[in-house]
Amino acid sequence: MSRRIVVVGAIAAIAVVGAGWLMSSSRRASSAPANPTTAATPAAADARKITATLYFVSEDGMSLVGVQREVPFGETVLDQATQIVAAQLSVAPGPLISAIPAETRLRALYLTERGDAFVDLSEDARTRHTGGALEELFTVYSIVNALTTNLPAVKRVQILIEGKEVDTLAGHVDLRHPLQKNLKWVRTEKGDT
Amino acid sequence: MFSLRTGALLLALGSIGAQAPSTPAPYVVLSAEGRRSLPARLISGQEMFALDDLARLFELTVREDSLAGGLTVTARTQSIVLTPGQSLASVGGRLISLPAPPAREGRAWFVPVDFVPRALAPALGTPLELRKPSRLILLGNVRVPRIAGNVESLGALARLTLDVAPQTPHAVVHEGTRLVVKFEADALDAALPASSAPDLIQNIHIRPGDGASVVLELGPRFGSFRTSDLPGDRGSGRIVIDVITQTTAAAPPGTVAPAPPATSPPPLLDLAPAGGIRTIVVDAGHGGAEEGAHGPGGTLEKNVTLSVARRLKGALEARLGVRVILTRDGDATVDLDERAALANNNKADLFVSLHANASVRATAAGAEVFYLSLEEYGDQAQRVARGETEALPVFGGGTRDIEVILWEMAQARYIEESAALAKEVEAALRERVPMSPRAIQQAPFRVLVGANMPAVLVEMGFITNADQERLLVSEPFQSSIVQSLVDSIIRFRDKLPSPRPAGPAVAPARPGGGMRP
Repeated sequence: MSRRIVVVGAIAAIAVVGAGWLMSSSRRASSAPANPTTAATPAAADARKITATLYFVSEDGMSLVGVQREVPFGETVLDQATQIVAAQLSVAPGPLISAIPAETRLRALYLTERGDAFVDLSEDARTRHTGGALEELFTVYSIVNALTTNLPAVKRVQILIEGKEVDTLAGHVDLRHPLQKNLKWVRTEKGDT
Repeated sequence: MFSLRTGALLLALGSIGAQAPSTPAPYVVLSAEGRRSLPARLISGQEMFALDDLARLFELTVREDSLAGGLTVTARTQSIVLTPGQSLASVGGRLISLPAPPAREGRAWFVPVDFVPRALAPALGTPLELRKPSRLILLGNVRVPRIAGNVESLGALARLTLDVAPQTPHAVVHEGTRLVVKFEADALDAALPASSAPDLIQNIHIRPGDGASVVLELGPRFGSFRTSDLPGDRGSGRIVIDVITQTTAAAPPGTVAPAPPATSPPPLLDLAPAGGIRTIVVDAGHGGAEEGAHGPGGTLEKNVTLSVARRLKGALEARLGVRVILTRDGDATVDLDERAALANNNKADLFVSLHANASVRATAAGAEVFYLSLEEYGDQAQRVARGETEALPVFGGGTRDIEVILWEMAQARYIEESAALAKEVEAALRERVPMSPRAIQQAPFRVLVGANMPAVLVEMGFITNADQERLLVSEPFQSSIVQSLVDSIIRFRDKLPSPRPAGPAVAPARPGGGMRP
């Protein structure tokens, strides 16, 4: 019994720490922008986690659903962004499905002072894509929203493939510019539109 | 024993019926040799043909086995064995059923009319079709399309719709006081309506001479006509002929002015300025190396979009008399920029991109209509959209000059029209095809952003859903999509603010106009 309380307490403490980090990180990121070329290795941060909202395809396939997941803590905004994208690329919690092809790897991630994140994905994101406009929107906005929702310092996200700017992933969504957060494909609870 | 007695009873009933035979209209046998009449008889409530008549027409020999009581009909090399009192026949050893046993009248034998398609056709080995409602028997490969007509009176025009099955090549010709729809057929199996608008169409009939033309006798108010062909269900075709009054479009509804007879030759098509729509670009999504989404049954999105695009082109050209350009008319890889550029360079008035959706969920279903959203392009894009020509900082740190950005943002100026078009498309689709729960959406779609005209992207259904995949390749569904798009474009056109030059001459009354000076 008491052990369970301790565990619950620990989770609550982690959540509080995570929330505090997010609030401070946004301030830190705006005052001290991340260096896009180097990423700090969180040697001492292995055990720490934050709670982030990740986006997966709903059971009916018609929307994205935001899900709270634990993500390894990152020392810098860049590192945290990398962890969030890595988590977003990982397997979805059932019964949800990831909108990103399973084989897709994160090649690199860059941040600019203006708050633009460049997410460089392996070509699997394009070559293994189901196709279809709605699915492509889900793929793109699960990444865009995962970064912009969890990291206030990230204002916009542009997806690159194999280090290069691309027109689209599957022929529809314009990826030539960084995209802003867009939650209109995210279903909120109780059928709220 | 029992069955023999039943047979005798039926034969007796048959002979009673034969004593007061009612004679229905004869059937007509149509073949390459021409048409021949085949009388029918009503015996015990069954329409029947005399075996002797069939023998003459189809070169049969009939042999009666008086000992066994059977009848053997030989057609070419095959034998048909009939047994009195039995609603069965043996065709080359195979049993087929008949609605009634053969009947005897004096020395003559009669068989139910269904004997022809069920027994005679397999025995002869030639196509032999019995059409009871139109009292036709088609022998051999004769082309006799079924035609069902309907006339609607729509104010200033009367619309004749002819559903033709199967779809048959035809031409509509204006010959003096009549319109003639000439079919490439041997005969027509037509159910034609009486005209409900006699001042425009006096009557509709089959031309007796060739039997393969539908004639519309035009009424005194005839001014012009237009015609269109649409694909119908299951290989059928639909011909729509609008007969339009010669009075100007300003004729107020309800007042039927006795118009003088038409004297000037009417234009072939009523190509009204179409409210400013002259050219429409239809974009068949994907193509060539870009296959688009795949269905579980192997259907490729690029093939579905091309098929619908071609149909849509035909329907738009026929019904609106507009120029329609396809971004591809084959399995070609076409760059997304080229598609918008084609529309821009041809000064198209509308851009319609056709797609099929996909989902990681096999159950996702329904059509969706998209138009461009600008918010994803950031504040700068929206400033461009408002036509502000200030120097623009460039996204992502690259260098792009102002013209390129304006080109990219061409669609921004038409967002409101595109929204209105999307609304019409969604409403028209909803009348005919299953819709997604979120049927109208805005998204940053690459193919739309450069279009310098109202533009929408239509996701016709989810190809990843097995049921929807079957729909997407089916002709009825594709026709429904095409008809919805044509309807929506007409509705969109009719709501365009620019007045048609030949439009209503009545000045709009000021609502609630005061009487005070």
